[in-house]
Amino acid sequence: MTVGAGATIPPPYSPPQAGEDRSKHPPPRAGEGGTAVEITGLHKWFGDFHVLADINLTVGRGERIVICGPSGSGKSTLLRCINRLEDFQRGEIIVDGMVLTRDVRRVDAIRREVGMVFQHFNLFPHLTVLENCTLAPIQVRGMPKREAEERAMHFLARVKIPEQARKYPNQLSGGQQQRVAIARALCMSPKLMMFDEPTSALDPEMVKEVLDTMVALALDGMTMLVVTHEMTFARQVANRIVFMDAGQIIEVNEPAPFFANPQHERTKLFLSQILH
Amino acid sequence: MDAQTLTVSAEPTSARAYVRATPVPAMAPPATTVGALGWVRTNLFPSVGSGILTVLLLVLLGWIAMWLIEFLIIDAVWTGSDREACLPTAERPDIGACWAYIGDRFAYIVYGSYPIAGRWRVDVFFAMLAFGTAWLLWLEAPRRDIGSIYFFLFLPVASFVLLHGFESIGLPVVDTALWGGVTVTIVVAAVGIVVSLPIGVVLALGRRSRLPAIRLLSTLFIEFVRGVPLITVLFMASVMLPLFVPDSWSPDKLLRALIGVALFSAAYMAEVVRAGLQSIPKGQYEAAHALGLSYWQSLRLIILPQALKVTIPNIVNSYIALFKDTTLVFFVGIFDFLKTIEVARVDPKWATPVTSATGYIFAALVYFVCCYAMSRYATGIEKRLATGEKR
Repeated sequence: MTVGAGATIPPPYSPPQAGEDRSKHPPPRAGEGGTAVEITGLHKWFGDFHVLADINLTVGRGERIVICGPSGSGKSTLLRCINRLEDFQRGEIIVDGMVLTRDVRRVDAIRREVGMVFQHFNLFPHLTVLENCTLAPIQVRGMPKREAEERAMHFLARVKIPEQARKYPNQLSGGQQQRVAIARALCMSPKLMMFDEPTSALDPEMVKEVLDTMVALALDGMTMLVVTHEMTFARQVANRIVFMDAGQIIEVNEPAPFFANPQHERTKLFLSQILH
Repeated sequence: MDAQTLTVSAEPTSARAYVRATPVPAMAPPATTVGALGWVRTNLFPSVGSGILTVLLLVLLGWIAMWLIEFLIIDAVWTGSDREACLPTAERPDIGACWAYIGDRFAYIVYGSYPIAGRWRVDVFFAMLAFGTAWLLWLEAPRRDIGSIYFFLFLPVASFVLLHGFESIGLPVVDTALWGGVTVTIVVAAVGIVVSLPIGVVLALGRRSRLPAIRLLSTLFIEFVRGVPLITVLFMASVMLPLFVPDSWSPDKLLRALIGVALFSAAYMAEVVRAGLQSIPKGQYEAAHALGLSYWQSLRLIILPQALKVTIPNIVNSYIALFKDTTLVFFVGIFDFLKTIEVARVDPKWATPVTSATGYIFAALVYFVCCYAMSRYATGIEKRLATGEKR
C-alpha cells in the first residue's frame, strides 16, 4: 500500500508490537515498481568547489535508500538537488518520469510529488500544526478545506500527535515538531519522501519517536531517501546504503554486507568511527 | 550536594549509597527582597548617594507637576468670548492656559475653512475612519477580513466622495484649498499610513529581487528618497511637478502633497520591511518551496505574515514619525492642524500673553496623545508576540 496513491487513506499506523519483527517482512526490491528517481552524471559546484562529482543513482519505487558519509560529503546537497532547492550545473535528474529543468512549472510539479523533512523541521511558526499540514494541499492541490483537515488529522494521528493539532509549533517538543513536519509532507501525498538528517537536531530521548514514525512509513512501502547517521535505522529499514565522501558515491550496498564487509578503505574508516 | 551523591554504588543497599527520600520544600524568599518594601529598597534607596538623588529628583518632579497643574488647570481660563477673559487683572494677576480661546476656535482647528453647512460630512468621515481603525487594530475582532476590505477599499472611496463631494449624488464639491485643521492632518496621515506600507513592501521585495533591473530601480528610488529631506520632496511635488505636466492635468495641491508624503514614507517603510524579510530564516523559504508553493504563494502565506509581524514595532515607529512629519505640509500652503493653531494664535480677537503658549501646549498635547497611543499599541503587540506563539 502506498501513501502516494492519494485516492484511499491508508489505515492508521500501529506501532510494532512486542515480539513482532517487521524487519523480516520482505522489502520491495529496487526497480520492482518502476523508477522513482534517476540521477545520471550529476555535477555541482559551489563557486570553485566541486561539491557533487559524477553522481549516478537510480531509486526504484518503494525502495528505501539511506545515504551516509562524513559531514561535507555532499549528502544533503544531493537531496536538495532532487527537489531543486539547489541548482546543478551538469547531469540529469528524472523524478517520477519528469526531467528536472529550470522551468519553474516543472520544478513546482516535481516538488508537489517529493516530500521533504528537514534537520531543523522548518515548520511555519505563525500557523497552527493543523494549518501547517493543510496549507499546501489547499493552496497547491486546490483541496477543499474540510477534506484537507480530515487528511491532516489522519496523518497527525499516524504520527501520534492528533491532540496537538490546534497548538503552534513552538509549543511542541523537538520530536513532536519533527513528526508534524513528516505529517505535513505526507499530506501532499508525495511519491517520494526525502529526509535530511531528521534526527540530528533532536535531544537523544526524542530520536526514537521520530525513527519509529519513519520505520512505520517504510513498512507502508513509501519510497524514501534518508540522509542520516542512525545506523540502526539504516540496518533495519534500508534496501541499500549509499556511502558518500568528498562529493562522490564511494560505495553502494545492501545493509548486511555494507556493515559486515565494507569494500572501500574510506567506508571502513567511516564505519569504524561511528560504530563503537 | 556532597561527594557521596556522585558516587555510583555497585550495590544499591550499600551504606555509601545516598538517595534522597523527600524533596526539599519550597521556602518563601527573604522579606526585604519582595513586596513594596523590597522594591523601594532595591530601586530607590540602594545606597546613600542614590537615596539623595531619589529625593532631589522627586522634589524636582513635584515642582514641575505643581507648575503644570497650576498653569493648565487651577489658573486656567475655561470660559469667555474674547481676549478680555484671558487678560491679567488686579484680582487675577496670574493667568494660566486660555482654554476659552481653544474652545472658541475649536471648529476652525478641526475643520479649517471647510464650509459650515458641510461639516457633518467631515464628522461622518471621522466616524467611519475610527470604526475601521478599531476593527483592524482589535486583533480579536470578528471578520477582520471584511474589516480590511472595508478599510482598504471602501473607506478611501467613501472618504473621497464625502470630503471632496460628488455633485450627482447631491454633495457639493468642496475645493481642497478649503480643507484644513485636524481634518487635513488626519487625511494626510491616514493616506500616508495606508499607502506607504504596500508600496514599501513592493520596494523591499524589489530590492531583494533576483532581477538586476528591478533591484537597481528599487534601490535607486529608496536611496534617493531617503537621501533628501521630506520638505524637499514636498517642494518638488508642489513646485516642480506642475512644470513637467500640462496645466490641465496638473493635480490638486493637496493630492501632490499626499503623493509626496506617501512616497517619502514608503522609502523608509521599504527598509523596515526589508529588515523583517531578512530576519526570516532560509529554512522557511525552503520548506515552502519543498511543499510546491510558488514564489508568490510562499511570499503571501509564509514570508510576509511573519516578516510583517516581527516588524510591527518598527512599522508603528515609522507611522509615528510620519504622523509628526505631516506638519511639514504647511510649508507648501496646506492648512494642517498645526497651521490652524498658528493662524488662530495670531488672531487679534484673542491676543493675550498666554494665547501662544496655550495654542502650542494644546498642539503638543494632541500630537502626544496620538503618538503615545500608537506607541502603546505597538508595545502591546510586541508583548503579545513575545508571550504567544514565539514562546
